[in-house]
Amino acid sequence: MTAAPAMSAAAGADVLLEVERLTMRFGGLVAINDVSFHARRRQITGIIGPNGAGKTTLFNCITGFYKPTVGRLTLRREDGEQFLLERMDGFRIGQKARVARTFQNIRLFTGMSVLENLMVAQHNKLMLASGYTVLGLFGAPVFRRAEAEARDLAVSWLERIGLTAVADQPAGSLPYGAQRRLEIARAMCTDPVLLCLDEPAAGLNPRESADLNALLMSIRDEYDIGLLLIEHDMSVVMGISDHIVVLDYGSKIAEGTPLAIRNDPAVIRAYLGEDEQE
Amino acid sequence: MSANVAAPQAPSVFFQAAKEAFFTAILVAMLSILMVGYQTEVLQGQNMSYVTRFGDVMWAVILVPVGRFLLVLGRSGMLWPPVVLAGAATIYLFGAAVLGLLGLAIYPTLPLPYDQPMVNAIFAVGGLFVVAGAARARRDRTKGAQTFEKREAAEARQAHVAKNLSRILGPILIVVALVIPWTPWGDRALVDSLVLVMTYVMLGWGLNIVVGLAGLLDLGYVAFYAVGAYTYGKLSTSLGLTFWESLPIAGAMAALFGIILGFPVLRLRGDYLAIVTLGFGEIIRIILINWQAFTGGPNGIGNITRVDFFGLPFERNPAPGTESFHTFFGIDFSTTHRVVFLYYVIIALALITNFVTIRLRKMPIGRAWEALREDETACRALGINPTNTKLTAFAIGAMFAGFAGSFFAARQGFVSPESFTFIESAVILAIVVLGGMGSQVGVALAALLLIGLPEVLRDLSLYRMLVFGGVMVLIMLWRPKGLLAYREPTLLLHGRRGKKKAEVPA
Repeated sequence: MTAAPAMSAAAGADVLLEVERLTMRFGGLVAINDVSFHARRRQITGIIGPNGAGKTTLFNCITGFYKPTVGRLTLRREDGEQFLLERMDGFRIGQKARVARTFQNIRLFTGMSVLENLMVAQHNKLMLASGYTVLGLFGAPVFRRAEAEARDLAVSWLERIGLTAVADQPAGSLPYGAQRRLEIARAMCTDPVLLCLDEPAAGLNPRESADLNALLMSIRDEYDIGLLLIEHDMSVVMGISDHIVVLDYGSKIAEGTPLAIRNDPAVIRAYLGEDEQE
Repeated sequence: MSANVAAPQAPSVFFQAAKEAFFTAILVAMLSILMVGYQTEVLQGQNMSYVTRFGDVMWAVILVPVGRFLLVLGRSGMLWPPVVLAGAATIYLFGAAVLGLLGLAIYPTLPLPYDQPMVNAIFAVGGLFVVAGAARARRDRTKGAQTFEKREAAEARQAHVAKNLSRILGPILIVVALVIPWTPWGDRALVDSLVLVMTYVMLGWGLNIVVGLAGLLDLGYVAFYAVGAYTYGKLSTSLGLTFWESLPIAGAMAALFGIILGFPVLRLRGDYLAIVTLGFGEIIRIILINWQAFTGGPNGIGNITRVDFFGLPFERNPAPGTESFHTFFGIDFSTTHRVVFLYYVIIALALITNFVTIRLRKMPIGRAWEALREDETACRALGINPTNTKLTAFAIGAMFAGFAGSFFAARQGFVSPESFTFIESAVILAIVVLGGMGSQVGVALAALLLIGLPEVLRDLSLYRMLVFGGVMVLIMLWRPKGLLAYREPTLLLHGRRGKKKAEVPA
């Protein structure tokens, strides 16, 4: 019973990621202080908060870039398999637990072509198919088939994000908005169960931002995955999130539907400041 | 017209030029007074003495600042005075140098700053720089200065040229390499030099996996070369294994050492990685020197079995009852046989390296190497195991160095720690950087240049390394990203021609 706390039974089968009492300290600084929440499958969970609230630190804990000081991060697959993310090495979270992420400052492989970026994302699958390179070197049919399938998947994503024409160009030569979309497609090519997006709308114009909303909602509806979304652009967060968690100074100050969050006094205080007269 | 525009600023331009010339003079004096001004000489017996060459220093301290003065003037828009003066000096010095190199009697009678033709020629190159500087300033003035877009376009053009050159040059170079021993020029000395060049081509291709593809700056690559050479040396002298039997073992040993080095340096990047690999290279060398009982210490290992023709040795007088290469084929004995055979062996080894590298690039592991070079953090987020990816790069790169090392031992018949100094690592790295990181043809060209050029320049004796260094500096000025800097994607959606200017939807 220690592995599956009592609380999870109440949370229901839909819970994908369970964050329990997560605390992250850097020396004396408490970046995240005792935060607990759930992210569900087929839902977009928005994480908002003023600058320095600890949103990206939270992402770094979930994706294994930081080891949390205290707390438990449980990822539950639909088949019942569980992963304790706080105990896994960074890359294993992507490889085994299949949590994918994008970065606040885009991190594409800029010198490699757009198509190659999507192929690299399918590394683990292809590595197996190539018999850890040995079979691949001799051109085994298993590998060729896997490579062709990987390519087809990449091409289908390119079509979806409208970058088929520039597939062979270096990813670094794309305009900003296209790079953002490509990074999301790259994360999706890893076949994730949880997709963490760190400010995907940053630097996009209103039209691009609307396209992004449509893309994220279509991902939510078509794939059986959960999305975690850090965002400053309220039109994006309020428009597409099913559930919102608000952080301020590392603590969770509110949680609920977009409508509830919009009217929550604690959230308004965090964003607009304390009212002097009160 | 443009000269008139610059005219009002003329006094300040002259002042600027004079100031720069003054500092140049100080710099040249500081650099040359000890290195050029004094030359050590061995007198009869053991005594050392020196001669002074202050006349040579004086000419350098005069000529170089004059060049700088003219260059500054030329760059600031004045066209004809610098071009005419520097151009005349260039033609005169260069012409005189040619006369001198041809050994004509008129040369000693010409009034020249230096006795040696090559030194005068070097100053002529300086004159060319002045002319080029003035011409470029003129072009920028008439066509508008270099803008970001123009530089981008120029880079794209260079990449395009590099792309086409790589495609054409690769097969041509291979064909030329294969037939050259059968041409009239293919005498023993040339083929012997080419064996050396090809060894470095192979080492360059091997290091290219580590540095060019995986982006791990390795300054101790020669250690794996040494491991391969000593492995064959020991196997041959202790166990009596032949070259062909030892080759895979030498490769495996070097790969093992690659992994051993790889482990401690996994967390390091860039400069830190370079320092640790440098240290590793030195550790191997010092172990080779000090482990007398096993490696023979500074004396090395001698009497290593030379390479044989699949069991047939290249011996003038084969042991009674055995066959030698020439007796088996019924031809006259010639020392060239062995050299030519060695040449084809190293070509085969190098081409295998090349072929495997090209295949590996298109494998998932190859793409992961390149991705790791571009952004390790993103790789981790995609679930790529950075440890394994780096270790395979180290191991495979080291393995090829091991093959090359055992070839080296089989060629020399003798190995000693002196062959595996840091400078070897530096030369191999220079080949990779000069060739254009990741470019296979570029690496081959750079090896030809870096190893072949000093051989060609052997006639220049003292000035060989000076010219060599100058050529390297010029190449890096002309092609900062290497001779053939071009990266071909590992797979293409639209084929090689592609769509010329695809629209990028915003």
